[in-house]
Amino acid sequence: MALTTAVVAGLALFGLLFAVVAVVGVLRFPDLYTRAHAVSKSDTLGVGLVLAAAAVASGSVGVTLKILFLFAFMLVTSPIAAHVLARSASLDGVEAWQVDPEEREEREETEDDQ
Amino acid sequence: MIGGDLSTRILLWVAVAFVVISAVVLYRAYHGPTIQDRLLAVNVAGTNTVVIIVLVAVAFGLPDMLDIAIVYALLNFVLSIAVARFIGWEWI
Repeated sequence: MALTTAVVAGLALFGLLFAVVAVVGVLRFPDLYTRAHAVSKSDTLGVGLVLAAAAVASGSVGVTLKILFLFAFMLVTSPIAAHVLARSASLDGVEAWQVDPEEREEREETEDDQ
Repeated sequence: MIGGDLSTRILLWVAVAFVVISAVVLYRAYHGPTIQDRLLAVNVAGTNTVVIIVLVAVAFGLPDMLDIAIVYALLNFVLSIAVARFIGWEWI
């Protein structure tokens, strides 16, 4: 019983951590492509860990199978949705973020000095 | 304090945290410079909603709610594809 609780707590908290990382990426990253990158990987892993915690806590085979099916479905659809959005933005002509050219030159000069 | 044994309480508090995360990500849905940014934020909020439904279903012992979560995940995917097509591209 205590072992089950510990496993549930660990999985749920790690999953929550990854979901928070995904949200920070969505809020802080500079353009759509980097945001889609943060979501499609970090959020999928976070959701998977939290769903695993729920499956362990339920302790029932039927519930676990349904949650496994749900996770397999999200594992397929979440990256596809992110890819569709990124491709839609690319065809719309959204420019990918890059370092300011002048700033990059200054950075390379300081690296040469070292 | 939410009642129940310890793992039930953990699941419910994680569900509360996911509600807060979904509310925070709506900032991007409101301010996002492109329509794809808004759609991405709504997609994240929908994914988090599926997780919340599963957590509540397990915590309250309502396995029928898992079917609702599966349908919600399906609708969330169809929403992204449909709006991406609605924006004006015929290649999907």
